[in-house]
Amino acid sequence: MDFLRPASWEEALAAKAEHPTAVPIAGGTDVMVEINFDHRRPEYLLDLNRIGDLSEWEVGEKTVRLGASVSYTKIMENLRTELPGLALASHTVASPQIRNRGGVGGNLGTASPAGDAHPALLSSGCEVEVESVRGVRMIPIDDFYVGVKRNAMEPDELIRAVHLPKADGPQQFSKVGTRNAMVIAVCAFGIALHPETRTVRTGIGSAAPTPVRAREAEDFLTAALEEGGFWESGAPIPPSVAKQFAQLASGACNPIDDVRGSAKYRRHAVGIMARRTLGWTWESYRGNERSAQCA
Amino acid sequence: MAGTTAPSPAGVPTNVTQGSQTKGGIGESTLRPDGTLKVTGEFAYSSDMWHEDMLWGQTLRSTVAHAEIVSIDTSEALAMAGVYAVLTYDDLPAEVKNYGLEIQDTPVLAHGKVRHHGEPVALVAADHPETARRAAAKIKIEYKELPLITDEASATAPDAVLVHEGRDDHHIGHVPHPNIVHRQPIIRGDADEAAKKADVIVKGEYTFGMQDQAFLGPESGLAVPGEDGGVDLYVATQWLHSDLKQIAPVLGLPEEKVRMTLSGVGGAFGGREDISMQIHACLLALRTGKPVKIVYNRFESFFGHVHRHPAKLYYEHGATKDGKLTHMKCKIVLDGGAYASASPAVVGNASSLSVGPYVVDDVDIEAIALYTNNPPCGAMRGFGAVQACFAYEAQMDKLADKLGLDRVEFRQLNAMEQGTIMPTGQPVDSPAPVAEILRRVKSRPLPPERQWEVADGDADVRELPGGLSNTTHGEGVVRGVGYAVGIKNVGFSEGFDDYSTAKVRIEVINGEPVATVHTAMAEVGQGGVTVHAQIARTELGVQQVTIHPADTQVGSAGSTSASRQTYVTGGAVKNSCELVREKVLEIGRRKFGSYHPAWATAELLLEGGKVVTDGGEVLTTIAEVLEDEAVEIEAEWRHRPTDAFDLVTGQGNGHVQYSFAAHRAVVEVDTELGLVKVIELSCAQDVGKALNPLSVVGQIQGGTTQGLGVAVMEEIIVDPKTAKVRNPSFTDYLIPTILDTPTIPVDVLELADDHAPYGLRGIGEAPTLSSTPAVLAAIRNATGLELNKTPVRPEHLTGTS
Repeated sequence: MDFLRPASWEEALAAKAEHPTAVPIAGGTDVMVEINFDHRRPEYLLDLNRIGDLSEWEVGEKTVRLGASVSYTKIMENLRTELPGLALASHTVASPQIRNRGGVGGNLGTASPAGDAHPALLSSGCEVEVESVRGVRMIPIDDFYVGVKRNAMEPDELIRAVHLPKADGPQQFSKVGTRNAMVIAVCAFGIALHPETRTVRTGIGSAAPTPVRAREAEDFLTAALEEGGFWESGAPIPPSVAKQFAQLASGACNPIDDVRGSAKYRRHAVGIMARRTLGWTWESYRGNERSAQCA
Repeated sequence: MAGTTAPSPAGVPTNVTQGSQTKGGIGESTLRPDGTLKVTGEFAYSSDMWHEDMLWGQTLRSTVAHAEIVSIDTSEALAMAGVYAVLTYDDLPAEVKNYGLEIQDTPVLAHGKVRHHGEPVALVAADHPETARRAAAKIKIEYKELPLITDEASATAPDAVLVHEGRDDHHIGHVPHPNIVHRQPIIRGDADEAAKKADVIVKGEYTFGMQDQAFLGPESGLAVPGEDGGVDLYVATQWLHSDLKQIAPVLGLPEEKVRMTLSGVGGAFGGREDISMQIHACLLALRTGKPVKIVYNRFESFFGHVHRHPAKLYYEHGATKDGKLTHMKCKIVLDGGAYASASPAVVGNASSLSVGPYVVDDVDIEAIALYTNNPPCGAMRGFGAVQACFAYEAQMDKLADKLGLDRVEFRQLNAMEQGTIMPTGQPVDSPAPVAEILRRVKSRPLPPERQWEVADGDADVRELPGGLSNTTHGEGVVRGVGYAVGIKNVGFSEGFDDYSTAKVRIEVINGEPVATVHTAMAEVGQGGVTVHAQIARTELGVQQVTIHPADTQVGSAGSTSASRQTYVTGGAVKNSCELVREKVLEIGRRKFGSYHPAWATAELLLEGGKVVTDGGEVLTTIAEVLEDEAVEIEAEWRHRPTDAFDLVTGQGNGHVQYSFAAHRAVVEVDTELGLVKVIELSCAQDVGKALNPLSVVGQIQGGTTQGLGVAVMEEIIVDPKTAKVRNPSFTDYLIPTILDTPTIPVDVLELADDHAPYGLRGIGEAPTLSSTPAVLAAIRNATGLELNKTPVRPEHLTGTS
């Protein structure tokens, strides 16, 4: 196994062009587990740790440009206001040591349905900035996951950053594991309210071959909120709407039975999480609306 | 009793007893020497050893559970640069090719067939671990798969394939089928007749999952070939001399040519009682003439040691309207997997402790262990008593409910006490405060309701099921409370010669008396070395005590298991110290006897480095007595002997001592998601005498947590169709983190057992028993579900299996 250590982004792109099978490694929290378990023996490892700007982020007017290697710890510490869903998801990643090393680029590169960041990325509606010696392109997150542990990237491309819209409304993330910390998701659910566009977006983890959105649930809820004038009134969402939303979210799952949980449980749990996270985000939205009116 | 101490007349000093004035002696929470090193990551574990010029050993294991080995081709592996040796069964050097704790049924390397997933088939030694790994991968093995035996039905079917053909062990004569390792019935009274007096009868079927010891330091060791043709083995184990007995014959060496030294052990819990890499490393070292190190990775570790027996338990209890148990019938089926390991002894425990700490005069009990093609199972903390406790405590709750009685009061009504006769006919001849420990956990105030609530109606998710995974802010959360109590035997039972040996030396260095304690006791984290130093200080009145590394240059200490080391090796150290003390006093009498009459007339003690009378008068110093002389004594020490259980009736004084713990579990269950947070798990335990109170509490909290683990998460999942392990990693075999570990208030009772050194009671295992059923009872209380299987998974709580 050859270990490539480019000193700059340009060198990294050149190395990836020359060795398209090279596996990029940054925090190593996923790649090293695979290597240690002998699940893969890549011919080349492409170490991105010398490229400092991958660990930086910029908060713009509308979006956050999050470097691929920004650690989950940094996200929790610095981007809680701009990216509340992703910050909550970051909290659930493994242990403090792993959160100090791992970043969103790794989750995207591996594209495992169990990656903790995916539901938050899907519900935010972000874009992934990928680059090769041929140029840069922005892949909408909805088009990014194409199969089990497969993404839409070309073999010569590297992930440079993720562009996430700054939260314009409450976001939530919820993950089921069979212990109270340091656990891989049995299933997970993310939701983001977008009051500016009067839409709702979701993301489901570990309950289908890829991370998925619960599109029917989103469409149903978006329509129900619009028709009922809820965005203006800030009235509580009727239980029947929440229930229907939960059922549709559950229906968006296409899970398997495995050692971590049954397919039946995953469907069930996603429904419960959908209902609860909707409740929390909506209560938060209502609270904000009320305090805005009082001010 | 209070008030019985005679007041001493004025002016006459109260009698001083040996050790009563010693600093750092027994009863004090002296700090463990390995504590800081372990916490700061500086402790040298067996996997940290290094030898110049050493090779790395690698084991090739079977990829199937039951198969004939049609062929093995090692040529490609041998041809690799850097490979020094590849060994298979055909390369074994001696007549003896099997090993085993009790039955030598385990091949050092598979011969002709493999009987479980992960069985060692070949060994490689190479100059780099990666080379060794790749070479092992190049060994070609052709398997022809055989039918699988995976449970009682397939094991005992009339046409069942035999896991072991041609058995000639000492159990084959009394088992109903060759796929049963051992069977122990216990018949006492007349259960059928007594059942007629019962107003209520409760029958239950229970399932206990396969738990792993999950010690953090994987199996590892270093074998260094000696110039005399022997070998020096540095290894993490639980019992050096038991290993030695199994290693030497396979190497074709006399025991004195296999010199073993204990290296840093990262936890054991029973999982190091069997041989793992010991023989393999020695074989490779002797073959190559070079030091060989073997370290399992986490994945291999799950195949490298036995697990706790999974079990099916069938129970019937009866009780009268006024709450007295009438009878108990049970059948306990333990899955021993492919090799015997400790299965026979686990059967004896499960059977003899199947009633629990209750008085039941009429019983009909049967426990068996199966041979199957599942992973081998053997010793783990609690050893057969754990599985039984899970079942009988569930039965107690069902009986109390059916009778409309309080669950704790019902237990207290039937609790055993000193003088109770066990189902084996053995009287309980030391304190058995079962009702009292139940009273203590029950009387503790409950943690406040909705303790997860913070200001503004928000929730602290860390205090809720799901924790930081943020699954509930209180929705669906219901509290439950449950109780359980258990009984565990201490020491090796059923007539086993369960002795220990201690060599104690006292000499004067730089004018100060220094004691050295040398035993072969495996310090596996239990704190034995700390206690040995405390005992030596108490018995010899010295401050400086050196603990010699444990090795086979001293007699056997027996196993660090069965809650026995403080009792037995502690007893041996105490005994050898007493013999050394006598010898020192004898030298003193010889040298100074004519100077002071007290040498002849008074009770003499060693205190503060001096010889003193029991009246407190200083006669001389130990340094003056010994001068350049050293006193050294190595002696064996034994507790009271035990008897075998009768193979038909199960009668016999089989156990040395009992240990009792009770738990109250308070849980919050997210009833919609099926997630559990144990918020308090209080324990009351009688320890006889706490030699080191801090370590005692640590042991109780650790055992409690291990019991919690198998209640809600820990399980090795074996595919019933292939008998393969599906989750051999810490990614999918989950053990409790600190966020899963509740507050564990511990109430320590010290009711002396007059038969034991200092009145102490072995403590390590009892808390592991009652913790699990207490948590299960609390979850049942919260959910109203029956839950007859442990561990409980979210699927079981949400009907989504």
